Amino acid sequence: MSARRLRRRIVSGAMTALVAVLSFVAVLALVLILGYLVAKGASSLDWGFFLKNPVPAGQAGGGVANAIVGTVIIVGLAALIGLPIGIGTGLYLAEYGSGRLGWIVRFVADVLNGTPSIVVGIFAWTWLVRPMGHFSALAGSVALAVLMVPMLARTTEEMVRLVPHSLREAALALGYPRWRTSLRVIARTALAGIVTGCLVGIARVAGETAPLLFTALGNLNFSTSVLQPMQTLSLQIYVYATGPFDEWHRLAWAAALVLMGLVLLLSLAARWAIRQRHGAAR
Amino acid sequence: MTTVPMEPVAAPEPRWRALRGTNVVDRLYRTVLTALAVSLPLLLLALVGELAVSAWPAIRRFGLSFLWTSVWDPVAGIYGAAPMIFGTLASSLLALLIAVPLSLGVAIYLTEFAPKWLRQPVAFLVELLAAIPSVVYGLWGIFVLIPFLRTVVVPPLRATLGWTPFLSGVFYGNSLLAGSVILAIMIVPYIAAVSREVLLAVPVSQREAALGMGATRWEAVWTAVVPYGRAGLIGAVILGLGRALGETMAVTMLIGNRHDIGLSVLQPAYTMAAAIANEFSEATTDLYLSALFEVGLILFVITVAVNALARLMIWRVARGTAVGSRAL
Repeated sequence: MSARRLRRRIVSGAMTALVAVLSFVAVLALVLILGYLVAKGASSLDWGFFLKNPVPAGQAGGGVANAIVGTVIIVGLAALIGLPIGIGTGLYLAEYGSGRLGWIVRFVADVLNGTPSIVVGIFAWTWLVRPMGHFSALAGSVALAVLMVPMLARTTEEMVRLVPHSLREAALALGYPRWRTSLRVIARTALAGIVTGCLVGIARVAGETAPLLFTALGNLNFSTSVLQPMQTLSLQIYVYATGPFDEWHRLAWAAALVLMGLVLLLSLAARWAIRQRHGAAR
Repeated sequence: MTTVPMEPVAAPEPRWRALRGTNVVDRLYRTVLTALAVSLPLLLLALVGELAVSAWPAIRRFGLSFLWTSVWDPVAGIYGAAPMIFGTLASSLLALLIAVPLSLGVAIYLTEFAPKWLRQPVAFLVELLAAIPSVVYGLWGIFVLIPFLRTVVVPPLRATLGWTPFLSGVFYGNSLLAGSVILAIMIVPYIAAVSREVLLAVPVSQREAALGMGATRWEAVWTAVVPYGRAGLIGAVILGLGRALGETMAVTMLIGNRHDIGLSVLQPAYTMAAAIANEFSEATTDLYLSALFEVGLILFVITVAVNALARLMIWRVARGTAVGSRAL
C-alpha cells in the first residue's frame, strides 16, 4: 500500500515537473526568437536604415524607408476597408444575431478566420490584379482587409455581449431608439474592447507576407501610389532573407526587428486599451 | 416613443417586433448591419467560386488523377499535386506531434499547477508567439534553427536511428524536419490558448471530487479534468492543424521546395501553400496557372473542412464564444 502510494506521488511530482518544463520550453522559444532579432538586428539600426531606400544588390548600405512607408499605407488602407465591415458585422451578431443568419455568419467568420492567407492572396489577384492588368498596393490592402474582417467581427461581438443588459434597458426606457442605444450606449461602453480587437487585427495583418506576394508585389523604389506596386517590410524581409548576400541578411534582421517592434507595439497597446476598462481581468 | 420594450435583446419578443416599424432610422440601422454581416457569407461564396472557375481548366484536363499524380512538369504541361498534398499533410502532422504535448503541457501547467502570480505572465508570453510574423519565423529558421538542427539535433538522431528510412539521405538544412519544427513553434500558442480556456471551463467540482477520493494532483488532472474537456481539447488540436496546413511563408523558406515524395524527414519536400507562393508569379501558361488555382482550391477545401470540424467541437464545449478567435 505505502509503496504504491509512494509511486503515485512520484508520478504526480514527475508529471508536474514535466508540464512546468514544457511551459519553460515554450517561453524559451519566444526568448530565443526575440533575442536573436535584437542581437542580430539592433546593430544595423541607424538613421540611414530608416531614411534611405534600398541600394542595388551587392552594394553596402541602404535602408528600408520605402518599405516602412509602404507597410503603413497598405495596412492603413486595409484597416480603412476592414474595420467598418468587421465592426458592423460584430454589432449585427451581438444585436440581431440570435437567428439562423446570425449562426451562419458566426460560423463563416470562424471558418474564414482560418483561411490560409496565401489563398486570400490569389483571390485578391483574380479580383483586382488580373482585371487592372498590374499589381497594386490596393489589391494588397483588400487582401489584408479580408483577413482582418472575420476576426474583428468575432471580437466585437464578444465585447458588445459583455455589456450588461441593464444598460440597454435603461437607455431604451429613457426613450432612446434602438440604433442610438446600440451606438451611443452599447458600442461606447464596449469601446475599449472594440479598440483592442482593432489593434490586434491590425497587428496581425501588419506582418502578413503571403497575401502580398501577388498583389502589392514589392517595389525597390519609394512609392506612395496605391495603384502601383508597393514595398512592405514583410516582403523586404522575405527577399533579403532568401537572397545570397550577407549584406541582405544583415538588413533582413534589422527589418525583422523593426517589423516585430511595430507588431509588439500594437499588441501591447491592445492589452493596455482593454485594461483601461476591465482592470487586469485578462 | 412611449412604449418601453423590457425584454433583453437576445430573445426578440413579439412586443418589440411590433415596435420595429416605428423608427425609420432603426430599420436603416438594422439593414446596414445586416448588409455588412451578409457580406461575409458572400465573400466565402465568392472565394470558392473564383477559385473553382479559375481552376476549372485544370480540373477538366486532369480530373481526379491530379490528386495522385506526382509529375509536375510545366514544360510538358503535366501537373499532379501528390507531392504537395503529401508534404502538406506530412509537415502538419509532424508539427502536431511536436506541438501537441508541448501546448497541452503549457495549458495544464498554467491552469492546474503554476503559482497564481506566474500564470498571467507565462500565458501572455506564450500567446506572444502568435504575434510573430510568419516571415520572421522563416528568417529565424534559416539562420538559427537550421544550423542548430544541423549541429545539435541531426547527428545524434542519425547515430541512433539513422538506419530507418525516415532519416536517410544527406541533410542540407532545408527539409521536412526544419519546416515541421518551425510549424510546431508557430501553432503552439493557438493550441495552448484554446486548451487553456477549455481547461478553465472545467468545473472545480471535477477536481475536488477526484482529490476527495484520494487522487494525487496529477491523477485528478489526468482522470477528471482532461477527460471532461476532451472534445474541446481535440478541437484545439484540430484548430492547430488547420493553422499548420495553410501556413505559407515560414514553410516556404525552410522546407526546401522540391516536388518529391520521400519518407526521410531530412530531405526537402513541398507544401501546397509553398507551391503557390513560389510558382504563381512565374506561371506562364494558362494551364500552369489553372493548376496552381486547383492546388489553392484543394488547400482551401481542406482547411475549411478542418476548421469547421474544430469549431463544431469547441462550440460544443464553450457554446457561442469566440474561443481561439483572438490572436492575443
